[in-house]
Parts: sequence; C-alpha cells; structure tokens
Amino acid sequence: MKHLIDPMDLSLEEIDHILTLAQDIIDHKEKYSQVCRGKKLATLFFEPSTRTRLSFEAAMMELGGNVLGFSSANSSSSAKGESVGDTVKVVSCYADIIAMRHFKEGAPMLASMKSDVPIINAGDGGHNHPTQTLTDLLTIKREKGRLSDLTIGLCGDLMFGRTVHSLIKAISRYENIRFVLISPEELKIPDYIRTEVIESNNIPYMEVTSMEDVIGDLDILYMTRVQRERFFNEADYIRLKDSYILDNSKLALANQNLSILHPLPRVNEIAVEVDDDPRACYFRQALNGKYVRMALIMTLLGLEADE
Amino acid sequence: MNIDSIQNGIVLDHITAGKALQIYNDLHLDKLDCSVAIIKNVKSRKMGKKDILKIDQSIDINLDVLGYIDPDISVNIIKDGELIEKKKIELPERLVGIKKCTNPRCITTTEQGIQHIFKLTDRENRIYRCIYCEADK
Repeated sequence: MKHLIDPMDLSLEEIDHILTLAQDIIDHKEKYSQVCRGKKLATLFFEPSTRTRLSFEAAMMELGGNVLGFSSANSSSSAKGESVGDTVKVVSCYADIIAMRHFKEGAPMLASMKSDVPIINAGDGGHNHPTQTLTDLLTIKREKGRLSDLTIGLCGDLMFGRTVHSLIKAISRYENIRFVLISPEELKIPDYIRTEVIESNNIPYMEVTSMEDVIGDLDILYMTRVQRERFFNEADYIRLKDSYILDNSKLALANQNLSILHPLPRVNEIAVEVDDDPRACYFRQALNGKYVRMALIMTLLGLEADE
Repeated sequence: MNIDSIQNGIVLDHITAGKALQIYNDLHLDKLDCSVAIIKNVKSRKMGKKDILKIDQSIDINLDVLGYIDPDISVNIIKDGELIEKKKIELPERLVGIKKCTNPRCITTTEQGIQHIFKLTDRENRIYRCIYCEADK
C-alpha cells in the first residue's frame, strides 16, 4: 500500500503520472466526476487549515466521493488523550484514504505505520508538506511548460517553511536547477537540506539577504510567510515577520517572465497591489492544488476514469 | 592490576577510552548475575589508551549498539578459555530503541509507546536521523 509522507516517496515517473493526470482532469472534468463514488476520504486535521483541508474535501467531492473528519485537535479524541496511532487505526476502519495534518513532525509517518488505508501527509509541523509540493510542481509546469532549466528564488522563512523544504527536495531531481535562497540570517534553510539535498546533488545555489539584488535573475520567486506558530519566542517572531515584502517597486526589478508563487495564506509579505500583475500565480496555484489532490487520491486508491 | 581471564564469555576490546561505562549501561550489563569487569584506560600501542569489558557469560550482544557507539570495537567470543570467534562490527543502518529523538517538535516526544528509530544518512560523518522528523539529535 502506497502512502505519501515525504515528497521523495514518489519517483519522478510517479510525479509525472500525477501531474499528467491532474492536467487531464483540468481538461476533462466530467470524465472524473464519479471516479470515487462510494469511497470516503477522512480529513484528520489536528492543526487548523483552510485551503489544504478544503481543497482535499473539494477534490474528493469533485471525484464523486464523500468526506468525513475533524478540523482541529480539540474536536477529536486527541483532546481526551488518545494517541495518534490509535486515532488512525480507528479512522482507517471507516475511511478508504486519510489526509492528515498534525503539528508534530513525523506524525503522518507514524500514522502510515499503523493505518490499513493510504495516508497522505497534509503537513506535519515545520517538516514536510508533499501535496503542496505537488501543487507547486503542477503550477510551475503549467506556468513555465517545464520543470527543468529554472532559477528558483525561495524567500522568507526558509528554516521552518515546510513547503520550502519539500519543494527543494522534489525539484532538485530535475535538470539544471539553480536555487537563490533569500532569508534573514535567523531563518536560513536547515543544514541538512543544504548539505544532504542541495550540495550532495551539486546544485548551484546562493544564500542572500536582499531580494532586490537577485529578483532580476529569477524564473520563479517562491514567497513564504514567517509563521507565528513555529516560534517558541514571540519577540523573535515580531522582529522577523516583516523581513521581506514584495511590492510593485521590487517587482519592477524582475524580468517579465517571472512567476510568483506562494503556498498561502499570505499575511503581508506580498502587497495586494501585486495581485493584478500577470506574474502573480498564487491564486491559480491554489486552484491547481485541488486538481493535483484529485489526481493523488485517484492514484493512491488505484482508480482510473472510464474511457 | 590483574583481571582473571574468562573461560566462557565475551571480551569487548579496543573500546575508545572513556566509553566502557556507556556501553555497560546501553547493553544493560547491570542486569547480569555473572562477573563483569570494566577496565579503563588500559595502555594500548595502537590507541594510546583504551577500555575493555569482560563478561563472564555467553550472552547475545546487541551489535547495533556497539556499532553505533564505536564500530572499531573488537568483540571476542571465548569458549573453554579459547578465542573461538572475532565478530566484525559495522555502523548499523538503523537504530531501533537505542537513542531517543530530542527534537521537541517530533511526534516521539508526545506519542506513548512509540519506538524511537533512526536511520543512517551519512556514513562518513556517522549521522543518524530520526525516521519521523529527520532531526539528527
């Protein structure tokens, strides 16, 4: 049984299959409207989420399936002290597939060791967020027409930003990728991502603190939010939260082919004035998230559309 | 100082000086009824000084524990006063229940009854990562 816990759980062929399927779903929505009829997705969200949970639920509904679950730890048995392992064992009696978000890193991995049905990691603390990565890859592929030969700037909280870690791991496997890592000193990417992913794959990269100096060199600018919930110390959060704000004056330095991505939600790191710029892809990216999750659910359940 | 040679048991030799007590604890040798000798700071031509552990009973040794602490340790099996086998120690691919993850964000810090498992990710630098959160702590 296949789970999706880490973006590296998927081979390049499997990713290609999911992205191709997602594009086919976009092009032929009717064909897929009953693929999951009679199937149930459980969304176990121990940590609040809007777009990830709703996009999973919308994805299952558009495939003709049903959804059950909870949207915070307080409304689950974990509030009574039930372990993650027990919760998952019970829910796997009721659902055909589980999407799980948890504030503790590694919780979905634990769940996959206990579950009788496929587990999808919908985000575990500051660790991984593989379905966001699939969303990002689909967006890059649709916007750029390729997943290779790209200079990718990642900006903001690179230390706790799980979407950044997952994207770096996944896209490092494609040809001619270059990374420009833009962050304050305190929020640089973890050493293990730098050494075991970027350097071990001989991928060119640079670490800078100024967005203006490098924005003109980028094909992709991946913006992230400095996340309050990842800080133990409120003072550190307040000091760093406004480190990088993309507005039209900075965007004027970028080339016309830039694609701006953001996993959302944004707070203020992208000025609203940028939304109208054709280079802003983040709302199209959110829509892609639904389609790629439809493709993933079908793939993990081993379902195909009738021709 | 003289320590009697053993008739049937195990001699752990070439232990990095200072690590014998850690091995004694991690192998739970305190649970044994037989004689166990911890010999510290023995002069060694190869190592300068080393520790030795002598266990006066044939037991199953968790070689993964030894491999994780120090893969250069020699494990000598003694029977009827004779050396009958030298076991080769390797850096284990996985550590199961040997060390605990100390990342406060890891699920292992809150989930009851969870087995702490680490995988070897960098043999050269002997780096193990928690299979759950991937921290190397």
